[in-house]
Amino acid sequence: MTTKSIMIAGVGGQGTLLTSRILGGITQEAGYDVKLSEVHGMAQRGGSVVTFVRYGERVAEPIVEEGQADILIAFERLEALRYAHFLKKDGALIINDWRIDPITVVTGMAEYPDNIIENLEKKYKVYTINAMEEAIRIGNAKAFNVIVLGMAARHMDFAKEDWLRIIEKTVPPKTIEINKKAFLLGYGD
Amino acid sequence: MAEKKIMLGNEAIARGAYEAGVKVSAAYPGTPSTEISENIVKYEEIYAEWSPNEKVAMEVAIGASISGVRAMASMKHVGVNVASDPLYTASYTGVGGGLVLVAADDPGLYSSQNEQDTRCVARAAQVPVLEPSDSQEAKDFVKFAYEVSEKYDTPVIVRTTTRLSHSQGMVSLQGREEIPDKPYERNISKYVMMPAMAKGRHVHVEGRMEAMASDGCGFPVNRAEYKDASIGFITSGIPYQYVKEVFPDASVLKLGMVHPLPRKLIEEFASKVEKLYIFEELEPVIEEQVRSWGISVLGKEVFTRQGEYSANMLRRILLPETANEQQQPAEVPARPPILCPGCPHRSVFTVLKKLKIHAAGDIGCYTLGAVAPLSVIDTTICMGASISSLHGMEKAKGKEYVKDWVAVIGDSTFMHTGVNSLMNTVYNQGTGTVIIVDNSTTGMTGHQDHAATGKTLKGETVPAISIYRFCKAIGIEHVVEVNAFDLPLLEKVIKEETARDEVSVIITKSPCVLLKGNVFPDVCVPVPEKCKKCGACLKPGCPALTKKEDGSIAIDATMCNGCGLCMQLCPFDAIAKEPKSC
Repeated sequence: MTTKSIMIAGVGGQGTLLTSRILGGITQEAGYDVKLSEVHGMAQRGGSVVTFVRYGERVAEPIVEEGQADILIAFERLEALRYAHFLKKDGALIINDWRIDPITVVTGMAEYPDNIIENLEKKYKVYTINAMEEAIRIGNAKAFNVIVLGMAARHMDFAKEDWLRIIEKTVPPKTIEINKKAFLLGYGD
Repeated sequence: MAEKKIMLGNEAIARGAYEAGVKVSAAYPGTPSTEISENIVKYEEIYAEWSPNEKVAMEVAIGASISGVRAMASMKHVGVNVASDPLYTASYTGVGGGLVLVAADDPGLYSSQNEQDTRCVARAAQVPVLEPSDSQEAKDFVKFAYEVSEKYDTPVIVRTTTRLSHSQGMVSLQGREEIPDKPYERNISKYVMMPAMAKGRHVHVEGRMEAMASDGCGFPVNRAEYKDASIGFITSGIPYQYVKEVFPDASVLKLGMVHPLPRKLIEEFASKVEKLYIFEELEPVIEEQVRSWGISVLGKEVFTRQGEYSANMLRRILLPETANEQQQPAEVPARPPILCPGCPHRSVFTVLKKLKIHAAGDIGCYTLGAVAPLSVIDTTICMGASISSLHGMEKAKGKEYVKDWVAVIGDSTFMHTGVNSLMNTVYNQGTGTVIIVDNSTTGMTGHQDHAATGKTLKGETVPAISIYRFCKAIGIEHVVEVNAFDLPLLEKVIKEETARDEVSVIITKSPCVLLKGNVFPDVCVPVPEKCKKCGACLKPGCPALTKKEDGSIAIDATMCNGCGLCMQLCPFDAIAKEPKSC
């Protein structure tokens, strides 16, 4: 198969690393060669962060190039807009319909763009969910990222049971149940 | 079949240390090197510690090596500067047990103050450098580094970069090699570097570098992949992957050892390809040497010395016609990193800003106090420089000049090298005020312990060195501890201490809000009927607060950590606290 490229974009602290580790786990168990690239350190402090996941028979480059991503998972609207040009023409854009103002907007140096989702829908296949509200509803705001992952999983070729098994292996033991619930909620089942 | 595991580059380096039979590891945290120690500590067979700084870590590893065991020191690129004093002379002494320094460079400056290239340091110190290209090689090269170290009697640098350290890839695992300790023998001509002995050792250094340059032509880590002879690349590390991605059919000389260079192998490769590119991130270290041998190459005239490379960059430059059809990136507001909601540094900076005080800054999360809206930090150079540069300003301009200045330094950075700077201020009768923003951890790198936290890398509880008592012990009369969130007291103390004609230290204490177990029980909520829309609460730039269209404020309950800074700043009691619901 040709190499598949997935990107996770968000705001530092939103849990992009956990999500990419679940993706790394499931692709590895399926027998693929896989490379993930993450952001640590200063950039993680509330800045814009992006994580790359590439899998296939033999993967060389650990990062995704512009115009190459099959799926972009965005944990925040503005970050969806920032990285949308990394998507392939027929790529899927999964967006958590949530707004976090960057400091440039808070201080009035810039404006948060209007109608992000509507504008992205004109160019890409967009799937949205307000995962934060859903996560609060099921009892843990932090599980929102796994809800979004569940939604993205619909666009990948791995069985539901495999996802649940990997989640069980990857997340902290105390949060297994809530994360499985969150995944199924996003998966739509 | 060997067990396979997906591993971060840094995790694979740690695994390499384990499999190579390493017994001692010392490090100071620094992105992108930190996870090496955090993974090494999981192996009970290895003694692992956080040292207060990289020089100490390097010396701990050197001592372990002299005693006859395999040892590792790991650090970020700028840490190598701190460790360079012992490194340059360990190059002369050579090793007992194998000695490896893992140096993590940061092309692209993801989390650093400069983009220096460790290979330049290695050339100056005359120490060999191995450079892996993925997680599997990261593990394998560490093991090979110990063989090289012991065979050629030299410390070896394994150079990684942010992209390698923080990428995950498949690694096949092997067992630990049990290396018997070498018996210790007193050998002052090797281990006491006084002039007469060092002269002799310098001869050894030159000889071993020549031997390695020659033997390196046969090292399996240096590999010529001959394919299309019309185009050839000499490359190493992560850039090798970009070449393979964009030019799968080109001939490639992949250098696993980038210093000293295997000259004959390079000359042979150069003679077999028509057009030869050297594709190396940062400095033209390989290129300049190859050119000096009269070989015609293309390098930095087409590829930049700045930033991180990518396959896309290579494609754009050499194959512009095949570059991916690209959508233009949207114009979007920048989202730079910021202090977290509930960060105690924000509280300290709010007071400094109110008092119009300048700060000589240091390395840590609090460097973010340089940018709007806090705009308090005026300088950031390197670890520990806040205190000493403030002292320099005073000696240049007089003590009145520093009355509206302070030095701001974190607890971990203070233990790293701030202590030396503070001793200097005391000794040379400076009168500056030092604020040690003590959040009980090394924050930016992801919460590592240090000598003043009372916990070791292994998780043992030990007596914490008291920063307060240390300052007192070196003769500072005025040392004040203040809760970082007690705004009125903090303001009073800063005014008093900056006015003094002698050195003073203010220790602002409040643990990092991200530390495990440090959770404020409440969240802040607006009381809309009391809000006069004055915007006082928005001034410190807490990311949980936003201004609504009507000028009143909203607080994101999922982000708020309940520190209450905004509440203290509101003159109208229009912010209250309520228990966290989710």
